Amino acid sequence: MKIARRNVGILLAAGSLIAGLAGCAGSPGAGSSSAGSSSAGSAGSASTSPQLSGTVTVYAAASLKATFTKLASEFEAKNPATKVVLSFAGSSDLVTQITQGAPADVFASADTKNMGKLSDASLVDGKATNFATNVLTIAVPPANPASISSFADLAKPGVKVVVCASQVPCGASAQSVEKATGTTLKPVSEESSVTDVLGKVSSGEADAGLVYVTDVKGAGDKVKGVPFPESSNAFNTYPIATVTTSKHKDLAAAFISLVTGSEGKKVLADAGFGVP
Amino acid sequence: MNYSGIPRWVYGLAAVGGLFVLLPLAAMVAKINWAQFIPLVTSESSLTALGLSIRTSAASTALCVVFGIPLALVLARRPFRGQRLLRAFVLLPLVLPPVVGGIALLYTFGRQGLLGKSLELAGIQIAFSTTAVVLAQTFVGLPFLVVSLEGALRTAGNRYEAVAATLGARPTTILRRVTVPMVLPGLASGAVLSFARSLGEFGATLTFAGSLQGVTRTLPLEIYLQRETDADAAVALSLVLVAVAVIVVGLSYRRPHRADIPAEAAA
Repeated sequence: MKIARRNVGILLAAGSLIAGLAGCAGSPGAGSSSAGSSSAGSAGSASTSPQLSGTVTVYAAASLKATFTKLASEFEAKNPATKVVLSFAGSSDLVTQITQGAPADVFASADTKNMGKLSDASLVDGKATNFATNVLTIAVPPANPASISSFADLAKPGVKVVVCASQVPCGASAQSVEKATGTTLKPVSEESSVTDVLGKVSSGEADAGLVYVTDVKGAGDKVKGVPFPESSNAFNTYPIATVTTSKHKDLAAAFISLVTGSEGKKVLADAGFGVP
Repeated sequence: MNYSGIPRWVYGLAAVGGLFVLLPLAAMVAKINWAQFIPLVTSESSLTALGLSIRTSAASTALCVVFGIPLALVLARRPFRGQRLLRAFVLLPLVLPPVVGGIALLYTFGRQGLLGKSLELAGIQIAFSTTAVVLAQTFVGLPFLVVSLEGALRTAGNRYEAVAATLGARPTTILRRVTVPMVLPGLASGAVLSFARSLGEFGATLTFAGSLQGVTRTLPLEIYLQRETDADAAVALSLVLVAVAVIVVGLSYRRPHRADIPAEAAA
């Protein structure tokens, strides 16, 4: 017991050590941005905007992985003194991370609801811009073992359908399609992300899954898409915005204008995204 | 007073280590919306998930005991060629990311998997069923039982078994009457660890079994899903999971402590 009391001091010392460590982690990106600016000016950029330099951190919905990776390298090519750091995850995960202090400069969400959450936390600089839409489609294994050709086919007995849970955007969309068509699905699994749905279909575990058009395009020949007209009843709008706490708002604005500009539109359209 | 033999600075580092684990738990408890706590944890989906978690964990623990005892005996009692390799593979799920375990199970028991195709022909479908959850949990829980039990078997030694054999007891009788009673504390703590690990299983279940209320959506999957829309519910359910785990582990670690004394005297 005596020992325990004597060690309160050590405990306090340990506490201050932890606090110190936390302080160190509070200023990310500062080092890399100064490193970026030192090399600025030497490269003759074709960009019409004033010389941009530094690192811009973009938090984007998982479904934007392919397109934003491409756009980020285009951005870096146009602005040689810049570096784009990308972080992909479910939109609601990203909102949680940003509200907890993650160093994001740009946030691109897969739905307006999650952008609204960030806006409610007063972390959206100005107004978000809608830059893409995405609709649901039916994904089936290449051989289409259950012969799915319409949305109604998904409700046939014995068909193993996998959808997103209603808590996530793709599941909410699936529910509105169900309502619009009057078809009630009996899924064998309600996944928490659209990539999990796609995985169950591409591995052949499920006969069909409801995913986004862009997911089917991105999966190549591992799955086949079965479009259905009722999908127009439910589409997601993708907004993008600068995060209020960003220290590189010029870079953030430049990246957003690339995404919403003609180059961005082309890359997004190639991947199957629609125009809002 | 007993001499503990621990330098004083060790207590300081131990305090940091302890805080590192306790602080996040305390932070989680601080986040709980107590006014809503009871309705959140007693909602239908929460109770269904909790019940499913406990049932599947109990089933997987039973499987771990049935297959873990023989495995531990084989590994502990008689050296053979390839034993170290076998041990390494049995323990692999301890260090494997659970998602990898899930993928491996998928390619074994899935519809297109190694055994899955034959099972499907026999009319047995494992994918998307509660069986898949139990398999995933057994996969990750088995090493805990094997490690605990193998250690206990090695510590106990085999002199009593040798004596029993000279007295004419058959191997199965020796196993039942001498070996298992002697290592019971080790077996119990191993089983509890397997149960606790099964209770927390997430990655392999998500990859292999899917997520459907009442069928495959265990408590960790429910927490992961609730977090998307209702952070309060996720935190409340997390506390329930922590409480169940603490109760289970706490109960088990008290028992072997007392039973250790005769076991040590025997060794």
